[in-house]
Amino acid sequence: MQAVSEGIRLDHVDKRFPGGVLALHDVDLQVAPGEFVALVGPSGCGKSAILRLVAGLDTPTVGRVEAPAVSNGRGASTAFVFQDPTLMPWASVFDNVWLPLRLAGVARAQAAGQVRELLASMGLGDFERAFPAELSGGMRMRVSIARALVTRPRLLLMDEPFASLDEISRGRLNVDLLTWWAARSLAVVFVTHSVFESVFLSQRVLVMSERPGHVVAEVSIAERYPRTMDFRATAAYQDACREVSAALVAA
Amino acid sequence: MKSGRLLPAVTLIALLAGWETLVRLAHIPHYTLPAPSLVAQTLWQNFPSLAASWWFTIRITFGALALAAIGGVAIAAVFALSRRVETALFPVAVVLQVTPIVAIAPLILIYVESTTAALLLCTWVVAFFPILSNTVIGLRAADPNLRDLFRLYRATPWQRLRLLLVPSALPYFIAGLKISGGLSLIGAVTAEMVAGVAGRETGLASRILEASFRSETPKMFAALALLMMTGVLIFWAFNALSRVLIGRWHASEQP
Repeated sequence: MQAVSEGIRLDHVDKRFPGGVLALHDVDLQVAPGEFVALVGPSGCGKSAILRLVAGLDTPTVGRVEAPAVSNGRGASTAFVFQDPTLMPWASVFDNVWLPLRLAGVARAQAAGQVRELLASMGLGDFERAFPAELSGGMRMRVSIARALVTRPRLLLMDEPFASLDEISRGRLNVDLLTWWAARSLAVVFVTHSVFESVFLSQRVLVMSERPGHVVAEVSIAERYPRTMDFRATAAYQDACREVSAALVAA
Repeated sequence: MKSGRLLPAVTLIALLAGWETLVRLAHIPHYTLPAPSLVAQTLWQNFPSLAASWWFTIRITFGALALAAIGGVAIAAVFALSRRVETALFPVAVVLQVTPIVAIAPLILIYVESTTAALLLCTWVVAFFPILSNTVIGLRAADPNLRDLFRLYRATPWQRLRLLLVPSALPYFIAGLKISGGLSLIGAVTAEMVAGVAGRETGLASRILEASFRSETPKMFAALALLMMTGVLIFWAFNALSRVLIGRWHASEQP
């Protein structure tokens, strides 16, 4: 089998937690470089467990995981966005976004241009000196995504990133996320329990069953990018949502 | 002045005025309860001798507190690195903490030849525990997701310590320092009380003992006033330090 250089491949993966719970059973999935894939499933179905395996933060109990962070041992090409913004509360927006570069040994002065440009492009230009506690939830999530993008990763793993935001911030971030993704050659694996979000964002929706998690269905979304909010009013969007929902119920 | 400061100031003045009035109207003899004005006067007249003792107590208090901060953090770091060492040694720390200092002080004064060193040691025993236990918790309190992020980016152990663990532990350390600051004054005075009035250099506790032997109640109150001011200053100083270090980001400092 050929190694996937920048994509992801999971082969017959089982994950059993230390407590004995079987979280994932016989999971097969592939993500191509540059692809936007959504993972949908009920709570506790092991969606997050898949992301942790791909990020190299956990190892599979059975099976194989091929991903950049696992095979070549360099973390910087993979970025992770958690459900909480997970910012360092003691550090300014600038310092939070600088962190991944700083850990790779890039000095502040060297990183400054890149960090500022990124902040400006994400609507955070005026906030580089602000502290996380001074920002709204939506802004904090923007900072969290900026931190993930600052290393120019090839793979972005997002674990229900917008779940705790209000509808308006969430809708805006959905549209912006697609813009940021389109501007880069970046694969995204986006975990969510919102059917609507998964269909709006991704090229492919993978539906998972309840624990032990298993991919039970795959729905392709043919709609072209850039997608706007208008996409949500189309029949194609509603058909796809219905199809994903039906697969979820059947799971 | 904001009402946040006005109210305590008015309360304090009212209390002192009430005390003064009570002493004058009831003709309470000064060897039973001196009026605040007499205490102030006594403080003023005896200031040179009291100040020397005050300085001694301050040196013991802050010397021991500094050693407690260094020792507490160092031991906490070792505990945070190894659960095993913590399991083995934490009970010892607890035993030291729960044994009343008045009860161990006489022994320490026997074993340690230098009185100053003995006083420092007694005070240290009282002061180090809050710093230790808080810092241990603080070092473990780092956000698990941030820990994962540091792993994902292949942070070195030194980067993890400096950029993640130390800032996460800082609010806990400061909370410990606030408690230890007050305790170290109590520890210093207690140890001085046990050491008694002997010795070349003595602190405010010795002045209080001395004055009590001679029934110089106003002088006892004068020394007490200095001790209370010291305690309040320590409290203020650490609150100010806390605002400077974590004021902008930690929930404990938010309005």
